[in-house]
Formats: sequence, structure tokens, C-alpha cells
Amino acid sequence: MKTYWPIVLVVVLLAIVPFVTTSNVVLNFLITTLLIALVGQGWNLLGGYGGQYSFGHAAFFGTAAYTTAILQVQYGINAWLGLFAGIFAGSLVGAVIGVLCFRSGLRGSYFSLVTLAFAEVLRIFSSVTPITGAGVGTLIKLDLRPEAFQFQSRVPFYWIVLTLVALSLVTVRAAENSRFGAYLVAIRENEDAASALGINTFAVKLAAITLSAAITGAAGCFYAQYFLFIDAAIAYGPWISIDALLAPIVGGAGTLFASLLGALVIKALGEATKLLSGDAPGLDLVIYGLVLIAVVGLAPRGVAGVLTALFRRPFRAQPEGDNG
Amino acid sequence: MLSPVILIPAVLNGLMAGAVYALVALGLTLIYGVLHIINFAHGALLTAAMFAAFFAFTLLGVDPYLAAFLLGPLFFAIGYALQRFIIGPAAHGEDRNFLLVTLGLAIVIENALLYFFRADTRTINLPYAFDVIEIGPAFVAMPRIIAFGAVIAVAAALWTIMRWTDTGKAIRAVAKEKLGAELCGINVAHIYAITFGLGTACVAVAACLLIPTYYVNPTAGEAFVLIAFTIVVLGGMGSIAGALIGGLCVGVVESFSSIFLGESLGQIGIFIMFIVVLLARPSGLFGARP
Amino acid sequence: MAESLLTVENVSKYFGGLLAIDKASFQVRTGTITALIGPNGAGKTTLFSIISGFLPTDDGRVLYDGADITTEPPHRRARRGVARTFQIVQPFAGLTVRENIAIGSHLWQRSRAAALEAANQVALSVGLGAQLEAPAATLTVAGSKRLELARALAIAPRLLLLDEVLAGLNPSEIRDMVPVVRELTARGMTILMTEHVMQAITALAEHVLVLAEGRIIARGTAQEVAADPLVVEAYLGRGAARRITAGSSHA
Repeated sequence: MKTYWPIVLVVVLLAIVPFVTTSNVVLNFLITTLLIALVGQGWNLLGGYGGQYSFGHAAFFGTAAYTTAILQVQYGINAWLGLFAGIFAGSLVGAVIGVLCFRSGLRGSYFSLVTLAFAEVLRIFSSVTPITGAGVGTLIKLDLRPEAFQFQSRVPFYWIVLTLVALSLVTVRAAENSRFGAYLVAIRENEDAASALGINTFAVKLAAITLSAAITGAAGCFYAQYFLFIDAAIAYGPWISIDALLAPIVGGAGTLFASLLGALVIKALGEATKLLSGDAPGLDLVIYGLVLIAVVGLAPRGVAGVLTALFRRPFRAQPEGDNG
Repeated sequence: MLSPVILIPAVLNGLMAGAVYALVALGLTLIYGVLHIINFAHGALLTAAMFAAFFAFTLLGVDPYLAAFLLGPLFFAIGYALQRFIIGPAAHGEDRNFLLVTLGLAIVIENALLYFFRADTRTINLPYAFDVIEIGPAFVAMPRIIAFGAVIAVAAALWTIMRWTDTGKAIRAVAKEKLGAELCGINVAHIYAITFGLGTACVAVAACLLIPTYYVNPTAGEAFVLIAFTIVVLGGMGSIAGALIGGLCVGVVESFSSIFLGESLGQIGIFIMFIVVLLARPSGLFGARP
Repeated sequence: MAESLLTVENVSKYFGGLLAIDKASFQVRTGTITALIGPNGAGKTTLFSIISGFLPTDDGRVLYDGADITTEPPHRRARRGVARTFQIVQPFAGLTVRENIAIGSHLWQRSRAAALEAANQVALSVGLGAQLEAPAATLTVAGSKRLELARALAIAPRLLLLDEVLAGLNPSEIRDMVPVVRELTARGMTILMTEHVMQAITALAEHVLVLAEGRIIARGTAQEVAADPLVVEAYLGRGAARRITAGSSHA
């Protein structure tokens, strides 16, 4: 059984940061990193553990973001309620896409393509429909009160996104220790063999995509509150679908801290490129693309794989135990 | 709304646009049919080719239709090199990895173009681009007709290569049974690279056919990615005829949904059709392997 | 429990225009070992896929313990107690042997710890105790076959479909496997196995069915079936039976 102590350790370490520095640059960097980590953790559950590679996670992110934004702007609903509503809406979209895709037995590349298509449909739709503000987007009004999920300082935002990430880590670890997680991995390894062993693969995959959508949706809601503006390209654009898969793959898809590690790496790379080349658009993404190719080609188990390879060697003599 | 005066031009224009879609899809279906991978970099390569055609015209004064003869072989070589030296080795033979590596490649190419050429949209000014020919109640632009003819020619050329040349036979052999082909002495990595090169060459020709009437910017090719996938899925993975027919169908569908839903929503019709087809037939309309 | 745990009734299956299974009908009596043999391409694995739910029938029914399971999906049949091994082994390559088996145990054990513990027991019973922590991808052919069997056993089946579980094993490995299979019936299991290895069939099977070109052409004990001219012809070609008896009468 895998323990929760590593999560506690990591979260505590991260929680200390605002006491160590008040730099907005550092805080902003960490907040956006944790945001991507959260987006990616959702993807990691479905793709890393379940082997179903979604190329359209933006569908869940954007739906949650728009839901909370529209509820606040058009209906005056409280932002905290909006958070829950957004997560719910994102999960609902996940469930619908899951039912449609998995009922039909869509697998592999086809599944990836269809999820991409869904995200694109939502993007085009939201770029023209009035309720989302069409091309102009949706702006949440500045209202710096905690009750409105807005804060003067970045620190509370940091705590909140850290809490969300912590919750997502706990959720995935719980899954790892449960039958659901074992079944999910079995499906990834060999779906036919899994169903021959009594696994209702449809039900398991559906649960996975719904939970995955909820996690990514939470990130979407947070984005809306932190940046206070979304439009079709931000909410449903390829950038978020790409970040969603890039982070966990770089970090080591299918491991607990994959998304957090990966997010740190790619954001650090992004900052480094900005320092070296100025703000020219596109260069950071070029680096991301190269990193993706490099990771797949040279280190398929990502950062986590490299780390475990480094630290396992001295312990080769001991039995492996539960791969904790 | 449905009078022939509206319908016939819509159909004709759909067919013309569809022909170019078909050419893009042709490249994709070739790659899928042989390598059994979905090439995510296809759209980005199209964009790169469009930039190449653009600069060939503006810097070298080469007419785009002539540029096709230049860029076709050039992009064949590029595609060959990409598959042989980057994609193949990085993917270690696994389907999921091909997907990710070609995605990475797409990101690199598109954003490199963005970095070097900014996001500005450019067009070229081709003197005869606005000539029209009257076909019934429709006025069809000259470039579109040239494009249509060119696509048919390329498809015929490809079919001939596949059917009659030794390389074509090797390609078909590898597509059918990779291990067996290898045992016969066929260099599979080489064939894979040739196929990828052919697919990329298709895209280069398509780019040359597009730029007289289409705009060029780093995301121009993106729009074609899903459309090409839709066509390939519709027409059958690996089927040249399927890509042609599928392309023409998709062109017409887009044309009609533009009429009924407006320009910006026109593409939605294609994506929804894509989703619906795959949900109904998870291996594509004619496909076998997913 | 019904006298026949498995009844296959008039099952037919087409692949395009090819009739792969032609009105196959047979029963497998509870607690027995039945062997399904036949030349390559006869349709044995197709039948297995139909019985385990991976292929739909075009005609006929499959009855398990009296219930009609013809249209049930594989996981539902597994829960009823129908387990199968695959001819080409399908391990969960990224998992250890114990984790592999535990996936099966999880059908009846919700808790991860209990499933892993149950997996230990199953592994010991098929002789995989020493390799519990080994990644499934590193097993030998013999080990993979045992893992295939162990995983199927982990779901506590009553009907076990063994698809060429001895294929690829050398004679000593086969000799080791045979008692393992025989012992399973002692535990109350009913077994339907396809095999090419005649020594195993004669040693294990109480009842033999011969499938050729999709049709069941002979049934009986191993001796009866081996003497059947139709069976000889299915394996050796038309006229072979006559030639063999003619040859032996001249000798």
C-alpha cells in the first residue's frame, strides 16, 4: 500500500514558500505552475494510469471556466458556488464524452482525435455564441473580496491552488491503492485481458474520465478567478490541451507526482527561454515541442523514471516490494 | 434558399475546395495506411510548405503552380529525413509514441514559423487569381479549377506509383505485412521514410495550390488537420480513392454548412460529422485497424 | 448445478463470406475435462472467443449453468465463473506477476491488500511463488503460460477455457503442467481445453471433440477419436485413413 507521506512532505514544503519570500514573481510562477500541474493531474489519471490519451482536455477546462464565469457575470452567483458548479459542469462534459466514446468502443488514436474534435467544436461554438461573449470573451468584474473568490494579494490564491493540487494528489493516491486504480491500470495494459477477468471496462473508463474532467475543471475555475478573463481561445484552445498532456508525460505519466514535476520543468524551461530570447512568441512552445520529442524518445518514463532509476540502483539487492 | 442558383455554386465550390482537402488527406492516408500512425505533424508541414511557397513567390518570383514542382521534391526529402532520423527512432515503434512525437513536431514547426515570421497573415497577389470561368449558374475561380485538375493528376500519379513501380509494391507489402516484407529483404525503415516523404510531398503540392487564394500564417495548416483526419476516417485509412471521394464530400458539406450556419460555423459541421462517424463506426467507415 | 455446465447449441459464425463455425453443438459435463482438438484453422480459438464473449454468434446459443449467456459481454461471463486463457499470452506487461494475478483476485476482493494476498496463494498453487515480484514481461514462455493460468484461476471460475496452454512448452515443461491442470478438476472446476499436444490430451481429457473446418466431426474418448477415419483425414488429408489401413494390412 502506498502511503500519503510523500504528499504531505511536498505540500508542506510548498506551503512554506510564502513565508520565505514575498516576491510576486516567484508566487506568480508557482501559481501558474500549480495550475498546470492541476490541469495535468486530471489528464494523468485518464491518460497516464488509464492509457486513454485525450487530446481535448480543454473541453473540461473551458467548460468549467465558462460555467463559473457566466454564473457570476450573468446570474450574480457567488464565485465559490461557481467553483462547484464549474467542476460539476466539467465532469458532466467528461461523462458525456466518456459515454459517447467508450460506448462505441473508441480506442487509441481514434479516441485522441475525437476528444480533439470535441474541444474544437466547443471552441468554435463559444467563439460565436452570445452567452460566452462570443469573440470578445467573458470578463469577471474585479471585486477584491474573499467572499467573491478574489484577493488583493497573491498569497491566498497560492494557498487555494496548492490545496486543489494537494486534493488531486490525495485522490490519485487513493485511486492507486484501490481496486478502481488497479482496474484502470489493467485496462491500460491490456483491455481485452481486463474484461476477461471480469472488469467492466466501460464503467471504469467512464469513472476515470469523469474524475479526470473534475480535476481539470477545478483548474479551469481557478484560472477564471485568478485571471478574471477568458475567451474561446483561452478556454478551449489547443494550448491547454497540450499543457494537459505535456506536463504529465514529461514528469512520467502514470506516476503520482508526474504532473507536478512536469509542470515545474516546462514552466522553468519557459521562463528560461523568455530570459534568453525576450518575449518573442513561439520560442517557448518550440522548446516544449522539442522536450516532448526528447522525453518520448530518450526518457519515456519522464522525470520520475529518471529519478527512480537513479535512486533504485543502490537498493538493487533488496526486494522491490510494492513499487512504493 | 435551396434554389439551383445557390446550390450549384455551393456544390461546385465545395468540390473545388474539397479537392485540395483531398490532396492533404491523401498524404495522411498514405502515411496511415503504411505506417499505421496518425501523423499529427501533417497540418504543420502544410503550413511550412505554404510559407515556402509564399516566399518562393515573393522573394524568387516563382509562380506557385510551378513552385509545386520544386517544393514537392524538397518536402519529400524533408519528410523522408523527419521520419528516418527523428520520428522513427524516437517512437520506438509504439503507436502512442508516434502520436506524441508527431504532436511534438507539429508544435515545434508551427511555433518556429511563429517565432521567425510572426503571426501576421499574408497573402500573395497572383494576377490571374481572379479570373473566373462560367460553369452553368456558377462562376468558378481559375485557381480552383487548376487545383482540381492538379489533385486528380497527383492522385493518378500516386496510384500509378503504388501499382506499377517496385517501390510502390514494396510500400504495399510493408503496409500489409511488415514482418514478412522485412524477411523478404525490404528495408522497412527506408520504406516508412519514403512513404512519409510522399505524404509530405502531397502536402507541399497542396500548399502551392492553396496560396493563390488562401492566406498564410503560422496557424493556417491547423485548420486542415482535423479536416484531413475526418476525410481519412470517412474514406478509409489507407485508401487513395477513399481520400479523394471523402475530400470532395467534406468540401461539399463544409460549403453547405457555411450557407446554413454562417462562415465561422462551417467548420463545426465537419467536426461534428467526424465525431458522429467515429462514434457510429469506431474503426472508420471502411477501416479495419483502429 | 446443472449436469452440463456448458452447452453450445447450434452455434454458427461467419467472417464475411467464410463460415468459420458451422452449427457447432456440444455439452461439457460439470467437473470433467473436455478437449477440443482439430487441425490449424479449424476454428477452435473462434469457438473459445464466442464462448467467452469476445465474438458474437451469428446463430445458436451458449448456455452456462442453465442460463443463456449468448449475448452477455465478457466481463459479465467472467463474473458468472467463465474464465479463459489466451492462446497468445496477454499479460499486463507493466505489472509484476503478483499484481497481474491480483487483478483477477479483485473480482471478489475489494481491498487491495486482500487481493494481493489472494494472489500470493494462487501463484503458489501454479508454481509461480518464486517469481511473485518479477515483472510479467520478463517471464519465460513457460512462466507466461502459468501466469495466464494463474490469472484465470484468480477469478475463482467454475468453467475454465484453456486455449493451448501447453503451446510453446518443451516436453519436461509439459510434464510439469499436466498435473497442475488435472488438480484443478479435483477442486471442482470444469475444463474445456484446446490442445495440439496429444500426450497431454490422452493424459487429461475424459472427452474429446474434434473440430475441422468449423464442424464437429467426431466425439468420444481420445482412443476412439484417434481411430476415427474422419479425424485422420481431417489432419492428414482425404484418403489418408484408407491408405494407412491399406499400408498396415500389407506390412
